[in-house]
Amino acid sequence: MANDRVVEVKELTKRFGELTILEKISLVVHRAENLVVFGRSGQGKSVLLKCIIGLMNPTEGKIFINREDISKLSIKNLNKVRKNIGFLFQGSALYDSMTVRENLSFTLKRHSPQLNSKEIEDKVVQTLHLVSLADAVDKMPSELSGGMKKRIGLARSIIIDPELMLYDEPTTGLDPISSKEISQLILNLQKKLNMTSIIVTHDLICAEIIADRAIFLKDAKIAFEGSIQELTDSDNSFLRNFFSHEIIKETGV
Amino acid sequence: MKLPRHRYGRRLSYTDYIYNFFATISGLTVFNFEFFKQAFKPPLEIAEIKKHMDELGVKTFGIVSITGLIIGLVLAMQSQPVLQRFGASDFLPGMVALSVVRELGPVITALIFAGRVSSGIGAELGSMRVTEQIDAMEVSAINPFKFLVVTRVIATTMILPILSVYVIVIAIIGGYFAVIIAENMNFQYYIDSVIRAVQFGDFIPGVAKTFVFGYIVGIVGAYKGFTAEGGTEGVGRASTTSVVISSLLILIFDMILVKITLWLWPTIG
Repeated sequence: MANDRVVEVKELTKRFGELTILEKISLVVHRAENLVVFGRSGQGKSVLLKCIIGLMNPTEGKIFINREDISKLSIKNLNKVRKNIGFLFQGSALYDSMTVRENLSFTLKRHSPQLNSKEIEDKVVQTLHLVSLADAVDKMPSELSGGMKKRIGLARSIIIDPELMLYDEPTTGLDPISSKEISQLILNLQKKLNMTSIIVTHDLICAEIIADRAIFLKDAKIAFEGSIQELTDSDNSFLRNFFSHEIIKETGV
Repeated sequence: MKLPRHRYGRRLSYTDYIYNFFATISGLTVFNFEFFKQAFKPPLEIAEIKKHMDELGVKTFGIVSITGLIIGLVLAMQSQPVLQRFGASDFLPGMVALSVVRELGPVITALIFAGRVSSGIGAELGSMRVTEQIDAMEVSAINPFKFLVVTRVIATTMILPILSVYVIVIAIIGGYFAVIIAENMNFQYYIDSVIRAVQFGDFIPGVAKTFVFGYIVGIVGAYKGFTAEGGTEGVGRASTTSVVISSLLILIFDMILVKITLWLWPTIG
């Protein structure tokens, strides 16, 4: 089963000055598994993802991707690992000055220089079909709605055929219907492309659709680990409160 | 590349300002080293450099044309009565040309360029930083420094000398307009006087220093944008501080480069 481990986090601690965001976090994500990371805002969910992709360095601890310790890798070798990872940012992070076509082909051209322009164009159109937005190919990001941006961001991440996908709040800011659609899309793509995924969210509907397993971060530690069913049925008063009054707690209303 | 973080907040003490001053100097130094480390590594991103040069040329063409014309006009208008007082009106074309070629053309073009371009680069990269577009590039295993910073800095370094030569020509023509308003001088005589007065040795240091100014505009704008933090407020700060720092550095380096030129080639002085 050790070969099956795509991501392994060992005793990860991340501090910003005096503030401890994550403390001795350990987790394993297996091939083709969808792990959902829950937690209230500011509990270090996005920091965990950024440590996994190497955008932030852990204060202590180790992160292995396909058994390679990424903290020991040179930037060149880290980039080799990153070529197999897709990352969907909370705000989609589409390149403002490029059209949708350029956004998608930008990474592909650089990662696969052997492809000619026709092959790149075909791959772009094919990937846009997967997210049902083939018509948007010549649009600028400013012309897209929030939901469309998420889909294009997703298309840009999967065009490189990643083995591992990291999602940072994929449904935040979307209406319930769009949120459900995106969650369903993520699940379909994961099944179609056989990807391993880590999804950071506090959207229970999204998690119910996608998750194989979930963890809950609280006070810089993993407070719970199990299935969504176990999480929502838990006797823990904090978890019960979080899931029954999720929206109320987030907005403070 | 590790860059020092600045201190931001509503109430900054004097020590915070001093700290930020030294953080900027050390950050810019590290950024410069990184530029030279990355500039010659493949891929050279030639298409991106050409795209930025086109954009910068179009963006600044109008404003530098007007500026050049006005510099020449005002310089000639101001100098003409003074030279007449000393009976030296014949020196007017030469004086306008020498002032414009040696100092005013390059420096004023660079300052206008800093206002227009350095702020633009600071705002554009700053906005890319705060909306995680630079992070998106990094996680896609693409070197954002190479693609965003190196290409822009090379483009500003290459385009400013071209704009400066253009401004010098326009300013000399502007000077002629002021001359014909005041006295009857034909264009051929004016141009002959200009060519007699300006030697090749006047032209080269004047234009050569604009390569340095172009580099300053690019690197400062890119540094401030690339290291922006704190949302839209950070983008605004990156844009304005880019202009202030690059303008100041242009004037400081102008002083140093003039001194070096006079020291190396005293005959030019």
